[in-house]
Amino acid sequence: MTDKNPTEKSFFEEHISQRFNAELEAIHDRVLSMGGLVEQQLADAVAAMAEARTELAEKVVTSDYQINALEVALDEDCTQILVRRQPTASDLRLVMAVIKTITDLERIGDEAERIGRMALHFLELDRQNGPIEELGEMGEHVQGMLRGSLDAFARMDVEQAVRVAQQDIQADSQYEVIVHRLMDQMMRNPETVPRVMDVIWTARSLERIGDRARNICEYVVYFVRGKNVRHTSFEQMAQEATGDRH
Amino acid sequence: MNATNSPSAPTHGFSSEALQDRQRDGSASRKRLGNDICLQTHDLNLWYGEEQVLKGVNLQIPRGQITAFIGPSGCGKSTLLRCFNRMNDLIDNCRVDGRITLDGDEIHDRRMDVPELRRRVGMVFQKPNPFPKSIYENVAYGLRLQGVRNRRTLDEVVERSLRRAALWDEVKDRLHENAFGLSGGQQQRLVIARAIAVEPEVLLLDEPASALDPLATLKIEELMFELKERYTIAIVTHNMQQAARVSDFTAFLYLGELVEHNDTDTLFTNPGKKQTEDYITGRYG
Repeated sequence: MTDKNPTEKSFFEEHISQRFNAELEAIHDRVLSMGGLVEQQLADAVAAMAEARTELAEKVVTSDYQINALEVALDEDCTQILVRRQPTASDLRLVMAVIKTITDLERIGDEAERIGRMALHFLELDRQNGPIEELGEMGEHVQGMLRGSLDAFARMDVEQAVRVAQQDIQADSQYEVIVHRLMDQMMRNPETVPRVMDVIWTARSLERIGDRARNICEYVVYFVRGKNVRHTSFEQMAQEATGDRH
Repeated sequence: MNATNSPSAPTHGFSSEALQDRQRDGSASRKRLGNDICLQTHDLNLWYGEEQVLKGVNLQIPRGQITAFIGPSGCGKSTLLRCFNRMNDLIDNCRVDGRITLDGDEIHDRRMDVPELRRRVGMVFQKPNPFPKSIYENVAYGLRLQGVRNRRTLDEVVERSLRRAALWDEVKDRLHENAFGLSGGQQQRLVIARAIAVEPEVLLLDEPASALDPLATLKIEELMFELKERYTIAIVTHNMQQAARVSDFTAFLYLGELVEHNDTDTLFTNPGKKQTEDYITGRYG
């Protein structure tokens, strides 16, 4: 008796039921489509803020509904799979990972929309003050995290998931740095408070997006390893992901 | 924007490579078997003629818990169940080696009283098999075989057994009617009442609900949950959802070998072996 090599076939081609293969593949692909939309929204929101582009900010604010609609549709797909297929083992974990991932993606979409609104507000207040450099680096970093988490999800790559999750440390410290610097600025020049508050709220949204990208990485580990690594340390996550056991 | 245009450019369907390198030792059991083992097999091999049906099975069945046996047809799960009360003795050409202990007693020991073993280890089959007698006499049958004549004792045991089998309320006004008048689900609970009337330690259930409709099935499952307080239960089932619903531990057999034995929560969400995973998710094995 030997274990069959699971790399010989794709995860979605192994079920005796072809329809079940197709259903699982469909939800996986739709998550990636939703992820693509969310990535674009975030990129537009960050660009609108950093480059003071009103039309881009307006586009972000009016496009969030598409993400919401995809979340609802995917929720429904997952419910149907649960009721019809009663999935077990890795199939069950995939459906659970999808349900959780789309919740985080939808929230990332909300944060992007919030950044878009902030950009509009900011541009109304203070057009002449120009783009906001403070956010550029953090915006890029968080976008990289989101892209990395979706890559990890696409290939169900635990190693990448762990790497991306660890980048959240940097996002958190970038946020701290921005807040400290801006607090200082507010104390020295109280008239900048309205502008600075918008920047702080935006940084806060970016920091949250980093957290949610990290969540998606945790679902990848859950799917592949069957281990729940939420609310654990990075070391523990890495250990579970590489399969080391105590 | 479509995901395929994004820099993440996901491949179409991830390979299951990621799943391959998982630790598959199946050892991460949240529930532990504990020390209170009721039945145990040691290197159990069984042949029907030339054909080896069980291969080196080492298994512990904990007391007061429900253990489910799953696996494709012909994997040996029913044969294994029948070993526990030596029902296989009745099959020609059947040869067993290895050991089985019940509470530490060797069941293949020469001094083992086989009828007494079968009292201690009761069995219920797929098709309800009440005797062509009254409901009352079906339940009293085992006691009468033991020579119990006292009417009051018999009445007490019949009522207690039917209550434990969750059948009493449905039959108390027609105890002396023929058991064949009962529905399939009621007949199966009657057979369970008959099995528990002789105070067994273990109940072996071989596909007890596969001939029943969904509601009768749920009643049997509910009954199992109540019975496990008093009895150790081993159930063979082809219905994986049933195994997931009712059992504390699940054993997966394939081609006569025990592939994986784990607590049910773990086995159905994160099995340790690829073969188990393939079977319970309906993949080509």
